[in-house]
Amino acid sequence: MPKPFTPKVVTANALIEGDVIYLAADDSWVRDLAKAEVITDEAIAQMRLLDAQARASETVGVYLADVKLGTNGAEPTHFREDFRRTGPSNYFHGKQAEADA
Amino acid sequence: MYRYTEFDTAFIQERNRQFRAQVERRIAGNLTEDEFKPLRLMNGLYLQLHAYMLRVAIPYGTLSSAQMRQLALLAEKWDKGYGHFTTRQNIQYNWPKLSDVPDMLDALAEVNLHAIQTSGNTIRNVTADHFAGAAADEIADPRPVAELLRQWSTDHPEFQFLPRKFKIAVTGAPNDRAVIKAHDIGIEIVSKDGQIGYRVLVGGGLGRTPMIGKVLSDFVPQEDLLPFVEATVSVWNLLGRRDNKYKARIKITVHEHGIEEIQRLVEARFAETKAAFNGADLDLFEEIKLSFQPPAFRNAPEDDFTAAYDADPVFRSWADTNLAQHKAPGYAIVQVSLKAHGQTPGDASAEQMRVLADLAERFGHDELRISHEQNVILPHVHKSDLPQLHQILKAHGLATANIGKISDIIACPGMDYCALATARSIPIATQIATRFDELKTEHEIGDLKIKISGCINACGHHHVGHIGILGLDRGGVETYQITLGGDATETAALGERTGPGFSYEEIVPAIERLVDAYLDQRESPEETFLQAYRRLGMAPFKEALYETEKNAEAA
Repeated sequence: MPKPFTPKVVTANALIEGDVIYLAADDSWVRDLAKAEVITDEAIAQMRLLDAQARASETVGVYLADVKLGTNGAEPTHFREDFRRTGPSNYFHGKQAEADA
Repeated sequence: MYRYTEFDTAFIQERNRQFRAQVERRIAGNLTEDEFKPLRLMNGLYLQLHAYMLRVAIPYGTLSSAQMRQLALLAEKWDKGYGHFTTRQNIQYNWPKLSDVPDMLDALAEVNLHAIQTSGNTIRNVTADHFAGAAADEIADPRPVAELLRQWSTDHPEFQFLPRKFKIAVTGAPNDRAVIKAHDIGIEIVSKDGQIGYRVLVGGGLGRTPMIGKVLSDFVPQEDLLPFVEATVSVWNLLGRRDNKYKARIKITVHEHGIEEIQRLVEARFAETKAAFNGADLDLFEEIKLSFQPPAFRNAPEDDFTAAYDADPVFRSWADTNLAQHKAPGYAIVQVSLKAHGQTPGDASAEQMRVLADLAERFGHDELRISHEQNVILPHVHKSDLPQLHQILKAHGLATANIGKISDIIACPGMDYCALATARSIPIATQIATRFDELKTEHEIGDLKIKISGCINACGHHHVGHIGILGLDRGGVETYQITLGGDATETAALGERTGPGFSYEEIVPAIERLVDAYLDQRESPEETFLQAYRRLGMAPFKEALYETEKNAEAA
């Protein structure tokens, strides 16, 4: 039995700021995981990844990250992605601070 | 201190100009990330979890007050108002924008600093004993040697594409404070029949395959140092494994070929390198030495120190814990802790950096050092100035009296910042420090070094911690393994794993059980944790870690 496909988002770091970004359904890059496009089909995920990788002057290190669909959109399934969408735990810096602003 | 020559200045300016153009081309879309990455890494620029990170080299951990002020300026102008001092005596900025980095590098160049070779498969920043030039037990100041090696290794054409990174550390004292046995090459200044020379170790390192360095030569005469080191790196450059990044470090080469074979190869290569050196290196070394003359120490009464020591218990505790013996009468080496309980180990705010710069200028012959233990050192302070200095430190959150104690923890950035990390380190360090501060047992426990790494690469030196903690990802959960009995000094040893790991919630109580077991079983307050471990072995500590846990579950 092939493993069931885990939903994915396309994610990367922004070229200039270096912060975490996600690909939205309208092809824009968003800073909030909840606003990312959740891809549930493996073939589409690969296509979206290739499209995103082609936008080399906007991003660094594009990859597909596992997510689950929560009530407010995509949510991380691994703690690493949870840190990426939040910021460090020692200071109130990064995304958590920007969301507040 | 060494000051850049015209040649150095021109070299750095040219490198910065090149990098500025490379950044512009990357932003304009004329360079892909694959093309740009090796260029940015050559200039110390990483991409981490939440942002870029710029690693700035602090050669052998030595800074002037002007340099420290400039580091503060960078933190304020282009980062979030702080910097992180690392176990290789560098400083890291966690939040720069790519487009700002060329300006940051130009600002660094103004004070003779750069970020070259702080990354990539090159010879990295040469580190040294942070008490260099001040320690009472020193045979000679290791910094001229470190500066000579820095100049030789910077942009060395043969060594820009090594099999892997290469780290050199130098100590001038028999008491090793520079962890030379865990470096690719460790150099100890020794004296034989009245002659100064070097004991050279090779093949030490931590990471996924930790090894203690082996003696490559017991005595390399002063004039042979550069050709000898060049021969060593050159042998490894050809022999080192480029097929597997995890087997590429010289420690694996030494392990696979044996130290005798490496000695033979280095000797053969040395015959060639020695012939190629024409003595210019020796002239340069003599010149460099002039930059490291000891300051004009003054003779003054120590009454103010004695009075404060007798009258003020807070000052006394700080003095007992944070001062080290200086070679000059009436002087002390001040260790400023960057480990205030609950704070991130190694972090200093821009304001704290400026305070430290002011103190160095006012009381410390304008010298500062960064230690591999992520603290700041004022190497030359007259004892009569200590009460006033302590007051100022206290006012800025810099007077924590915990050097060498359980809360003086080395911690890598871990998953709070690092893209390679498998678990967090910083919150474990801050929680341990806070817990033992609450218990008020820190000084009763005495000397105990905890070192924490957030992945197997061991930047937090966990293998050589008396208690080492390694954070791993086990099935999507942060898990912490404990090692015991590691030692980073001249009696270096690798810690031994206790058994299964602990969860994020369990690790601090587990450390508390370990420390309780030590307090119960030590022969006297003078017997340190490490000594007790060496006497008792693993069994009682294992029992405290795992049996107590079982009992608690059963109850």
